Amino acid sequence: MTNTIEDRLAGVALPAGLEPFAGVAAHAPHLASREEKHGRKIAKSLEDAIRASGLKNGMTVSFHHAFREGDKTINFVFDTLATMGFRDLTLAPSSLLSCNAPLIGHVKSGVIRRIFTSGMRGKLAEAISNGLMEEPINIHSHGGRVNLMDRGEIAIDVAFLGVATADPFGNANAVTGKSRCGSLGYAMVDAARARCVILLAEEIVAYPNAPASIRQDQVDLVVAVEQIGDPAKISVGAARITSNPRELLIARWAADVMEHAGFFEDGFSMQTGTGGSATATARFLEQKMRRKGIKAGFALGGITGSIVDLQRKGLVGRILDTQSFDAVAAESLASNPDHWEISTNYYANPTSKACSVDRVDMVILSALEIDLDFNVNVITGSDGVMRGASGGHSDTAAGAALPIVVGPLIRSRIPTVVEKCTTVVTPGETIGVLVTDHGIAVNPNRPEVADRLKAAGLPVTTIEDLHARATSLVGTPQPIEFLDKVVGLVRYRDGSVIDVVRQVKG
Amino acid sequence: MKIVREALAGTLESSDLLVRIAPLEDGLELVLKSEVIHQFGPHIEKVARDCLARLGVTQALVVIEDKGALDCVVAARVQTAVSRAVDEWTPDWSALS
Amino acid sequence: MKLRRSMLFLPGANAAMLSTAFVFKPDSIMFDLEDAVSLREKDAARMLVFHALRLPVYREMETVVRINPLSTPFGLKDLEAVVRAGVDVVRLPKTDTADDVHVLEAHVERIERECGREIGSTKLMAAIESASGVVNAVAIACSSPRLIGIALAGFDYVMDMQTERGDGTELFYARCAVLHAARYAKIDAFDVVFSDVNDDEGFLKEVDLIKRMGFDGKSLINPRQIDLLHNAYAPTQEEVDYASRVVAAAEAGERQGLGVVSLNGKMIDAPVIGHARVVLRRASASGVRQ
Repeated sequence: MTNTIEDRLAGVALPAGLEPFAGVAAHAPHLASREEKHGRKIAKSLEDAIRASGLKNGMTVSFHHAFREGDKTINFVFDTLATMGFRDLTLAPSSLLSCNAPLIGHVKSGVIRRIFTSGMRGKLAEAISNGLMEEPINIHSHGGRVNLMDRGEIAIDVAFLGVATADPFGNANAVTGKSRCGSLGYAMVDAARARCVILLAEEIVAYPNAPASIRQDQVDLVVAVEQIGDPAKISVGAARITSNPRELLIARWAADVMEHAGFFEDGFSMQTGTGGSATATARFLEQKMRRKGIKAGFALGGITGSIVDLQRKGLVGRILDTQSFDAVAAESLASNPDHWEISTNYYANPTSKACSVDRVDMVILSALEIDLDFNVNVITGSDGVMRGASGGHSDTAAGAALPIVVGPLIRSRIPTVVEKCTTVVTPGETIGVLVTDHGIAVNPNRPEVADRLKAAGLPVTTIEDLHARATSLVGTPQPIEFLDKVVGLVRYRDGSVIDVVRQVKG
Repeated sequence: MKIVREALAGTLESSDLLVRIAPLEDGLELVLKSEVIHQFGPHIEKVARDCLARLGVTQALVVIEDKGALDCVVAARVQTAVSRAVDEWTPDWSALS
Repeated sequence: MKLRRSMLFLPGANAAMLSTAFVFKPDSIMFDLEDAVSLREKDAARMLVFHALRLPVYREMETVVRINPLSTPFGLKDLEAVVRAGVDVVRLPKTDTADDVHVLEAHVERIERECGREIGSTKLMAAIESASGVVNAVAIACSSPRLIGIALAGFDYVMDMQTERGDGTELFYARCAVLHAARYAKIDAFDVVFSDVNDDEGFLKEVDLIKRMGFDGKSLINPRQIDLLHNAYAPTQEEVDYASRVVAAAEAGERQGLGVVSLNGKMIDAPVIGHARVVLRRASASGVRQ
């Protein structure tokens, strides 16, 4: 062969720093063989994948929580990391739930040293509230998590992302295959930002897998696993219309508020959330939309079958889905071109180039506590122990034209309206309306909304009056005793600290 | 009023409480378990003790398992338990309210 | 005149329901000590209801207690408790004759005297649940100035008639008889409960029927039925507009001391004005029909 490339450079003095061509595989050795080219991302085992990822003690690992209580990835990976002897890791999943109680052992043994999460429940939350960790955990919103990543505070070294199907290059989704959780909105931001992305795939399918919620150009390694999660446990009962008369009452008033607050026009947008009242609210809205002859432009956020149902009836234009809460939603995401999967960056990050919460008119939100200044607590129970999640609460409250908090005035004997929240997650200035089973209170900073609701004959009162009603029924709860030690930092969506959670007194 | 037999009143359903009362030789012993004990423990105990005092119950073992009941439910259940544990019960409604 | 469209049943032994049901704001709330309470829990339910009646939140609405029949060991004890607790209305079940009401009335008056409650302030209603009650409906309806209404109770009635609940044919005579007795005595008439809480369509069909017959309202067993009922009883916008014009004309006529009131050249008489006032009251209670 005379036409070699080397001959062409003969006598050429290359500029400093440039090197002569040395073969197609010189800088991409996997291109040397077809087998290697196609299969190099496939790891034989999770251990192999972890070794290949370059994970070291003290680094940061991340996960998504789209399977919620049905997640089988986080605990499995941590058991492996512990066996492999890793220590001092920072755990930065999109959120944690009751099913993550086994992580307590990994904190105690030193495998986990720091935690960033949207929330936590159950035994793990109790243990952390009781001072399990040396360093306080950071609680962020869904949008705030992406913000912390972009600021470099959460710098993910290795993301372990459970997917239902992936091809050998890493094109992956959770709308095909066996365990279909639907949207991978939480995982998409990790896939785009982590130094190393490992997919844990239930099924490895032929190239190219579609849709590619997570793309081949984001993925480093793919490992086959038995099961990533149980979609039946994502949200038990969310798809069912509640028969609880109090939830129905609240739902009906919430729908009335949506109808009369001034934003119920053709093309309006909404986020209804999940849970009994939310599902029922969607049903009541259907009647109102039909009566007025309007439809919603889009519905956002966590998506249930009731929103899908509205869309199928032609009452919702597009669905923007960060988390599919039931099988109906997951199925719709797979088959309906107007049902979109969106990342939490697209959804709610205040510093992204645009986020959808800024376009939403009305959002239905929950509350463990709401105080006389409309500040909302969705993290700590009235006993001071963490049992909830920040989620998209402060993101949507800040973005929506009218954030509506719904909930019973009293749960068992615990009042929801309190003088002062145990913990503030969402600042009261962003909350528009509170709907309880005892009446509706409008934030004094929204007098025009109060006027419209009163004119519509809704039972509008003040939050002070709701507080007085609660007190007359249950009395005044004793303040919870806390120790000085801070166990949690509540980060607002812009990264600032809005409150701290202290250790509860034994 | 003298507690002569063991008696129960109430349920363990949410917003209710189960009251168990039994004869006791020396004094009044009250054991309270409640899912809202941090917020309302002393208050519930006071409501129960007031009820017992107004009924003249001074010797009894009273065990309460509370599931977040309102005061009026606490009073009703304690009084019902007492009425079932005494020999003869003629309600004095003004003492019960 | 008090609006009584919805009368919500609450099982007297259920602490959770007693602790929350006031939020549903029926026109009247009825604590049941009778059929909804097992024999073993009669004393406990009586005590719970006694305390519930004293809650300030229940003082904001009309309270009714269905006591056990006075022929049982529980009836009089129930009455002693609830009159003292300040109940607005005592509902007597299984009323067969006017005498049943007279016996109840005598006890109520004695208890009012004993506890220092204003004599006559405890109102009564009688539930008619048998052929005897239906046949005696007029006498029952006229038996006491304390009576605010009579109610038909379907379950026991159809048993007594040796039939069962069906499309309403089985209640046809009883509904007419109870309604006429009530109208004759100028008190309220209440229809039977509709027991399938998941059948909104069937419920609304029955409500439509009894509303057109002229019943003031209906006993309800699930809070979900309250809004359906109130909405069905709410007048349409046109009815409200017409009623407003009638009442305005009547008031104008009164101011001018006219004996005869006319609207658009047509004479309107007293019953039309009375009906217009009912329409406006229903509208102010729950808006116009949607």
